[in-house]
Amino acid sequence: MTNGLKRILLAEDSPKDVELTLAALEEHNLANEVVVVHDGAEAMDYLLRKGKFEGLPAANPGVVLLDLKMPKVDGLEVLRRMRADKNLQSIPVVMLTSSREERDIVESYHLGVNAYVVKPVAFQEFIHAVKNLGLFWAVVNEPPPGSVKKAA
Amino acid sequence: MKAPRGSLQHKLVALMVLTCTAVLVMAGAGLIAYDHVSFKETMARALGTRAAIVAANTTGSLAFENPDDARQVLAALGKDPSMTAAALYDAQGRLFATYPANLPASAAPRAAERRSIHFDKESLVAFEPVVEGGRRLGTLYLRSDLQALVVRERVYALAVLFAIVGSVGVAFALSTTLQRGITRPVLALAETARHVTEKNDFSVRAAAATSRDEIGLLTEAFNDMLGEIQERDLEIRALNRDLEVRVEARTAELEATNRELESFSYSVSHDLRAPVRHIAGFAELLEKRSSAGLDDAGRRYLDNITDSAKRMGELIDDLLMFSRMGRAELCATHVPVETLVADILREMEQDLKGREIEWKIGALPEVQADPAMLRLVLTNLVSNALKYSRPRSPAKIEIGAEPGDGETILWVRDNGVGFDMQYAPKLFGVFQRLHAADEFEGTGIGLANVRRIVYRHGGKTWAEGEVDRGATFYFSLPERKEAA
Repeated sequence: MTNGLKRILLAEDSPKDVELTLAALEEHNLANEVVVVHDGAEAMDYLLRKGKFEGLPAANPGVVLLDLKMPKVDGLEVLRRMRADKNLQSIPVVMLTSSREERDIVESYHLGVNAYVVKPVAFQEFIHAVKNLGLFWAVVNEPPPGSVKKAA
Repeated sequence: MKAPRGSLQHKLVALMVLTCTAVLVMAGAGLIAYDHVSFKETMARALGTRAAIVAANTTGSLAFENPDDARQVLAALGKDPSMTAAALYDAQGRLFATYPANLPASAAPRAAERRSIHFDKESLVAFEPVVEGGRRLGTLYLRSDLQALVVRERVYALAVLFAIVGSVGVAFALSTTLQRGITRPVLALAETARHVTEKNDFSVRAAAATSRDEIGLLTEAFNDMLGEIQERDLEIRALNRDLEVRVEARTAELEATNRELESFSYSVSHDLRAPVRHIAGFAELLEKRSSAGLDDAGRRYLDNITDSAKRMGELIDDLLMFSRMGRAELCATHVPVETLVADILREMEQDLKGREIEWKIGALPEVQADPAMLRLVLTNLVSNALKYSRPRSPAKIEIGAEPGDGETILWVRDNGVGFDMQYAPKLFGVFQRLHAADEFEGTGIGLANVRRIVYRHGGKTWAEGEVDRGATFYFSLPERKEAA
């Protein structure tokens, strides 16, 4: 936290969804590990240390949670750009979305998404889903090389 | 233009040749008959004249009773080979002289009283009184054979035969040539008709007739008819083109509408859901944080908020699935319903726990359908049957099939709560429910989906039921045809 490096990048344009997601992650004491950006362009800036993130030490987050529908650059586009970047292509990406639209799912997997989570309307289910993701990617799994290790 | 056997060509030639032959045979026969009669007359006249001359030459011999002289006169008859016999009698009818000289008396008939000429079986016979100065001196008898008649008739018959054969030949040649004038336009007409039928080309015309006869009129009428058909054909083609253009335009419109609908449902699924999720999420957070500070009513309100949000989410999901069902492409293949049903029941095992159910599954056929969609249909019907037979123990659920008229009818029957037939038309409507939500759960989209899927397969859905006596849901699928 001291160096401003976080283990989870959450790209989400809706403040309410951000709040709900953070509440869910807080249950697992992961809220402090989350850096929130509000659209795809900002997410890319953070990952590439550009714009207002210039000067941050180069280190990749352990997992990126991408909302599918965002202003400017949407989740699919961020995913596409990450997979095209040598430095970013190994970061696990979870697509968060309200939709069960088949074409989104197909497109996401086509682009190499690691998980695809339909944000359940029921909060319990949502928490359960995010918990699973958090556990799996940020806690249980050893983050890919170059990412920040969880403070012991 | 080759004429088939039994064609008009052959018939025309045969007609002419037969007519010609019949006429010639009749004419020939008439000619021969006439000649036979007239030649016989001529022969009789000639023999009569000869008898008169010979009789005049023998008056002296008879008057002077000089048989030698008479014999000499008769011998002169030998110049004519057709003369077979002659005899001279005296006034008393006694044989006076004969030709040939040694003619036996038996060969000479009795002298006739009067002059006569007649034909007997093989010869012409003449009797001539020998008279001088009104005094009867005797009678002359002449006999000639009919060789000349026979020869003449033979020659005539031969001539007539040659004439017939020659004429028939000429008639054949002429009719073969002349019939073309009739058959050629007819064959041309037939050829044109065949061309029209085979090529569907209405622009051709039969060769214009050269004469104003019946065939000319027929050709003209045929061409007029072709003209009319061509006109209509062009009209139909124009209409078809117009229709195609309209169909294309309509299709483009539909595609645009479909795209719009798709983007609509896409935004519904994303944007409409988000606030619902937020309501549920924050209600839950509120409950977690402040439920201790709320009284019972407040907690109940929170529960209601959560339930309603959840239900709203389900409704949106169902509506989206229903709209997807209408748009998704059909991939029809052969689906063995028996395997599919077994699959579905295996998947439902979890839901069947604690239930006592008597299954009765009949012989199920193979149908032509989209497997995923058919699975949805059957899953819906079976889970409905399970749901509405929940108050029964044992529940009886029957799945069966029967052949219909060009279709296969499948049905699912239960002994559950059933329904009142007056509401049957509402069963398959979107969000139409016949039971209170707390009695039987569900949004009311299931049967609407079933109907939509079955309609898209070209089939029908219907139901029969009675309150508290169970229900049967039917659907039909058109019999397998090659997937279009």
